[in-house]
Amino acid sequence: MFGKLAWQDIPFDEPIVMAAVAMMLLGAMTVLGLITYFHKWSYLWKHWLTSLDHKKIGVMYIVLALIMLLRGFADAIMMRSQQALAVGAEQGFLPPHHYDQIFTAHGTIMIIFMAMPFLTGLMNIVVPLQLGKRDVAFPFMNALSLWLTVAGAMLMMLSLAVGEFSTAGWSGYPPYSEIQYSPGVGVDYWIWVLMLSGAGSTMTGINFLVTILSHRAPGMTLMRMPLFSWTALCTSILMILAFPALTVVTALLGLDRYLGMHFFTNAGGGNLMNFANLFWIWGHPEVYIVILPAFGIFSEVISTFSGKRLFGYASLVYATLAIAFLSFTVWLHHFFTMGASANVNAVFGIATMIIAVPTGVKIFDWLLTMYRGRIRFTTPMLWTLAFLPTFAVGGSAGVLLAVPPVDFMMHNSEFLVAHFHNMLIPGALFGFLAGYSYWFPKAFGFRLNERWGQLAFWHWLVGFYLAFMPLYALGLMGMPRRMQHYGNPDWQPLLIIAAIGALLIAIGIGCLIVQLALSIWKRHETADPTGDPWDGRNLEWATSSPPPVYNFAVIPEVGGTDAFMEMKQKSTAYSRPARYHDIYLPKNTAIGIFFGGLSLLFGFGMVWHIWWLTMICGLSMLASLAVRSFGDDHEYRISAAEIERIEDRRFRQLEAAGIRKSGPTNLEGVH
Amino acid sequence: MKARNITKLPVSYPRLMIPAILVMVVMVTSGCSPVEFIELEPSGPVARDIDELFWTTVSLMSMVLVPVFGMTVWFIWKYRASNSQAPYAPDWDRSTMLEWLVWLIPGLIIAILTSVTWIYSHRLDPYKPLKSNIPPLEIQVVALDWKWLFIYPEQNIAAVNELSVPVNRPINFKITSNTVMNSFFIPRLGGQIFAMAGMQTQLHLIADEPGRYFGENTQFSGRGFPYQNFVAVATTAQNFNDWIEKARQSPQKLDLMRFNELAEASVRHPVTYFASVTPDLFRQVMDKFEKGPESPRLPVFPSDHLGETRNVR
Repeated sequence: MFGKLAWQDIPFDEPIVMAAVAMMLLGAMTVLGLITYFHKWSYLWKHWLTSLDHKKIGVMYIVLALIMLLRGFADAIMMRSQQALAVGAEQGFLPPHHYDQIFTAHGTIMIIFMAMPFLTGLMNIVVPLQLGKRDVAFPFMNALSLWLTVAGAMLMMLSLAVGEFSTAGWSGYPPYSEIQYSPGVGVDYWIWVLMLSGAGSTMTGINFLVTILSHRAPGMTLMRMPLFSWTALCTSILMILAFPALTVVTALLGLDRYLGMHFFTNAGGGNLMNFANLFWIWGHPEVYIVILPAFGIFSEVISTFSGKRLFGYASLVYATLAIAFLSFTVWLHHFFTMGASANVNAVFGIATMIIAVPTGVKIFDWLLTMYRGRIRFTTPMLWTLAFLPTFAVGGSAGVLLAVPPVDFMMHNSEFLVAHFHNMLIPGALFGFLAGYSYWFPKAFGFRLNERWGQLAFWHWLVGFYLAFMPLYALGLMGMPRRMQHYGNPDWQPLLIIAAIGALLIAIGIGCLIVQLALSIWKRHETADPTGDPWDGRNLEWATSSPPPVYNFAVIPEVGGTDAFMEMKQKSTAYSRPARYHDIYLPKNTAIGIFFGGLSLLFGFGMVWHIWWLTMICGLSMLASLAVRSFGDDHEYRISAAEIERIEDRRFRQLEAAGIRKSGPTNLEGVH
Repeated sequence: MKARNITKLPVSYPRLMIPAILVMVVMVTSGCSPVEFIELEPSGPVARDIDELFWTTVSLMSMVLVPVFGMTVWFIWKYRASNSQAPYAPDWDRSTMLEWLVWLIPGLIIAILTSVTWIYSHRLDPYKPLKSNIPPLEIQVVALDWKWLFIYPEQNIAAVNELSVPVNRPINFKITSNTVMNSFFIPRLGGQIFAMAGMQTQLHLIADEPGRYFGENTQFSGRGFPYQNFVAVATTAQNFNDWIEKARQSPQKLDLMRFNELAEASVRHPVTYFASVTPDLFRQVMDKFEKGPESPRLPVFPSDHLGETRNVR
């Protein structure tokens, strides 16, 4: 009836796991209780869970990312504490099997369920606004992507309480991850978690590629697009091209594990090298999928808070395109030590260091954007300023690792761990956090508390350096990654410093939580009545904060880069059109969230071999898509009168904030 | 529109920074104490070349890092909003000369590094035999759960978790795995290479200073992974011969049955010597994966790979 699932698969005998599960349940119960107490279920259902509004889907993505950041960080701090303790006779508090699950979960969560939803959420909120449009190209597919990602994340969380997670590392190398060496359900959880979220990400890529290529305001040529939209475009292309490789490689591993095939097994003609190649054909572009949108955010932030046009816009665009292209040519550098010939290694090493050129160009262009600017040190700008030199250090370490003989020394070491955290934390996470505080007022209508934001920033920054610089040194001292225990007492002092760094980051996360709570509580003090709290430059600041459901009552016309800045300079911003037209927008639908729920059960059934459940869920998923496809009444109308009412309120608000309205312009008729 | 205190930093942050900086100083000084950075302390020509390459690359990269740091600090200071003396050019967004420079400078550095990479990747190809007047010594390495087996085919002896090599004599390692993927690494002597079942990888090293060097597996391989270390003893030809002789005195012989016992998962396996080795054992370990799991004589999968946590401790 329940496949392999039995009562003893719930790890009652592991107090640490049980405590984590209890906390998780307590948190969930509290949230559910509060929703019930305040009678918010119907609000939540009508305005969020079934919504196809890109802004709300974006917010839900970011909520997911922040929750998973907490989980991923809890894993991180457990690893840091374990390594600070477990030397020589000391065993620390985590047994090997638990520690091994933690480092696997940490990597999988941070990449797939923190970074990916965070950037997807920001793209959702911002890209249609920057392009001056009312929605993404495929609003329903957007909801499917969201709920598939949520389903993946929930399956991931379930593995904590029911059964176990993979111990094979986030890259899941066979033959270790094959059924012969990992007979438990852990790797199966890993496979289905990646399958569900990977499908979601592929659809996100398709959605945003089409949105950006075909849904731009009149006049917005590609070379007038804001940099964030450019990086979103490149990231979408990478998602479409890279994610199928991940789906295929996990599917093949699944065939090995479920049907006894031999794609990557030791025996029977399998070869793990094929896995390594396929995995990194996704895995390397994935790094850029995560980092490119952050580059876009840094570009926006640095230009806004330097009060200047971006230096070398065209260079930045071409550098982004070059990075996107080159990201597919370097995957082999993840396994220089697999015994390829010197020619092969040298070619991939050189391709890797070539990426440093466009990246260097970007850094210098950002620096030159600040040159002769008026730099305002707001929270988003602080994240950006810290990113510049820190990322340069991480990039240099990357160039070192790109030299094959040097990599022979550093591969699999803590030096490597330090390098990629040095890329992904300042390069991606700092960017997302900058974007979070930069666009927060746009999404909610009030700014985040500056003081707590800056406190969070300083703790993160100092914590980051303390946590990861020692790892470079440890790598040079010969410490491999993924050590549950070690014998060399020389390593311990540095690992203690790294643990202190993690503790500072924990305080930084605490500050972020306080900041959010405090900002909501005192939201009237930081309200943004104008829709343009930072003196912004692109179209997302041209509408109100939060934007009306239709984003723009009249689609703006664009005459160059920095479209909104130009409107402000020409005093055509905030102009009242002569008349409004009806607007049609996608209706809410519950199919997205149902589909997500079904896919969660489907994945759970697959993990535990509960075949009847997978059959029912699989068929229902197909049926729900069919139902949606045969329906044709997917839009609702907002009447011109209703829009006029909403817009009048906005103009009154603007006047109260001291912004003079301009007269009617020739915008009429474009909608 | 802009909040008044937007540019004001919280007062407490300098106070926060002081202990942080102190800790960093401790960190740096701990780097100066007699801690071993074994990856940068070569005891053989291969490791020495890599070390040189490491520092070449570091100095090339610092040519980018220094201007980035300098410009960041300088621009942040000079163009802070509160400095109304600084020039302000809100529409300045291009300069042909500067744009050429920002492409050319990183381009040039990488171009230099590219040629360095090409040359060194070939010079330090782990598969390339090393030149020497002394004839090379072949050692076959088998990765087991969670220990290392070293077979000396010429001498017909074997050892577990201890490797002995004569100084100045080139060593040809032939490496395979009897289990999941491992990575064979002696940092003081040179780079690492993967050990993979059914396949043979190669590594060529020379030790030119006698000593006891740390050897390890760097590729996570399961519960016993943290304990999978060995000692590489680089010693004189005379001592090496004595070591071989010591192994020959061992009561144990490494035949297939003994190998299967040895392949069972274990940690902290004591150093063990074998007076003789079944001919062609290394080849047989590789071939059994070709033949598939039904191979009668050698089990492909050790029976208790996932031995309980207790066994590990």
